[in-house]
Amino acid sequence: MEITLQAVLAQVMLGLNNGVFYALLSLGLAVIFGLLNIVNFAHGALYMLGAFVALLGYSYLGPLIGMPDFQMNYWAALVVVPLVVGGLGILLERTLLRRLYKVDHLYGLLLTFGVALIIQGFFTNYFNVSGTPYDAKPEILNGVVNLGFMVFPKYRLWAIVVSLAVCFGTWFVIERTKLGAYLRAGTENPDLVRAFGINVPLMVTLTYGYGVALAAFAGVVAAPIYSVSPVMGAEMIIVVFAVVVIGGMGSIMGAIVSGLLLGMVEGLTKVVYPPASGTVIFLIMVLVLLVKPAGLFGREN
Amino acid sequence: MPEHLLSISELNAWYGESHILHGVGMTVARGELVTLLGRNGAGKTTILKSIMGLVGRRSGSVQLEGRETVGLPTHRIARLGIGYCPEERGIFSSLSVEENLLLPPAMKAGGMSLEEIYEMFPNLLERRNSVGTRLSGGEQQMLAMARILRTGADLLLLDEVTEGLAPVIVQALGRLIARLKERGYTIVLVEQNFRFAAELADRHYIIEHGHVADTVTLDEVGARAETFSRYLGV
Repeated sequence: MEITLQAVLAQVMLGLNNGVFYALLSLGLAVIFGLLNIVNFAHGALYMLGAFVALLGYSYLGPLIGMPDFQMNYWAALVVVPLVVGGLGILLERTLLRRLYKVDHLYGLLLTFGVALIIQGFFTNYFNVSGTPYDAKPEILNGVVNLGFMVFPKYRLWAIVVSLAVCFGTWFVIERTKLGAYLRAGTENPDLVRAFGINVPLMVTLTYGYGVALAAFAGVVAAPIYSVSPVMGAEMIIVVFAVVVIGGMGSIMGAIVSGLLLGMVEGLTKVVYPPASGTVIFLIMVLVLLVKPAGLFGREN
Repeated sequence: MPEHLLSISELNAWYGESHILHGVGMTVARGELVTLLGRNGAGKTTILKSIMGLVGRRSGSVQLEGRETVGLPTHRIARLGIGYCPEERGIFSSLSVEENLLLPPAMKAGGMSLEEIYEMFPNLLERRNSVGTRLSGGEQQMLAMARILRTGADLLLLDEVTEGLAPVIVQALGRLIARLKERGYTIVLVEQNFRFAAELADRHYIIEHGHVADTVTLDEVGARAETFSRYLGV
């Protein structure tokens, strides 16, 4: 088989497109793990929920509230859905997760795993597992762009750009601002940050809400690309956990960079040896664990 | 009768099942410098942590300017005007020196400005962009103290500030603490180094088995050497 540069670049671009979703999700996981010490297994389900809330807002909300013509458009969904799902995350943290901070991390993982199954089960009960299309893609993002080496769907390019902007915006806030300094300090020594007069429990709640909002945002951006299905999160979360392990648990830049790189590696594998494309990330995870157990960007303790 | 900035009575504290403090009672007047002396494990650090609400559970009374703080969350207690410098110094390794310095939010008027602090600690100015934990032990201790002077806190809780530092640094810290007292700060100093404490303090509380075993004032220090040697082995 001949491998052309064009085929490689095309798969790298498609891989990057998957990579930005890995990056958005593993970034949320990293932020949550850093401050809460909880492995948020519900992350995939909340990503799926983001896509579903966008779908429901577009196709089902109007008739439900007696305004059959009302449809929540894509742009509104980009803002409203993360707020709604993030709010749900805040509720989840306040009512359930908060009770588990004093016990082993494992309980947080089990609880969020349970929450994931409940959310997924709920939607599986009402929606087709094979997926429902989300047709709210705005007119302006239809069509293709000529990148020189390939013609690329406009929407996918938009998905890459907007996701990268959100990822690096989040990185900037955490690494370069006062608010981020509280977050970094709270990750290291929450008791001392409290003793400096900062309301750490509130910070924890809002951080969880933000991490969840990131997942929901990824869900909305992904909805027009993949069909919206109750299992879309479960498929995604396994890969994203591998990405987080490779990047290094709790490392912000590690989560972003390894998300993007691994998406591209996956794309490249589709050119070189397609059957391995679903496995290559896990292979890399095993290698990284053997050589650098704290992950590529993680700090050994 | 001086105004009591801090007054503690019948303070009990627990970590999980362990009962650490057994009915501590003490007072600190505004502008006063008192030390908590005692052997390792006597409960000195736990008294400071209990004032901040950083222990598992506490009962009794801790009043700041007459305001009861038992039952308040830690961040609210801090905002009443307490600056806390923990034993392990607590310099954040993910923050630069200047970020460490700017971390505690201002809670009252009257805190020192960043310029004043850099004037007082020229080393920190020089290294303000370094990672906080790259500083030497002495510099880290200076940073840990400097960052609570910005906030306007008038009560400083300093835990074992001289621990593990070279004699010349200890002397510099002594001069610094004396200067802070002159500026009107009220200071509670936990110390193992009796000689360091004796030169600075107005009064000494001797802590043993989680309660106040004795109190020695400045003018009694010379006459009561046997008290110190009995409790502290000095």
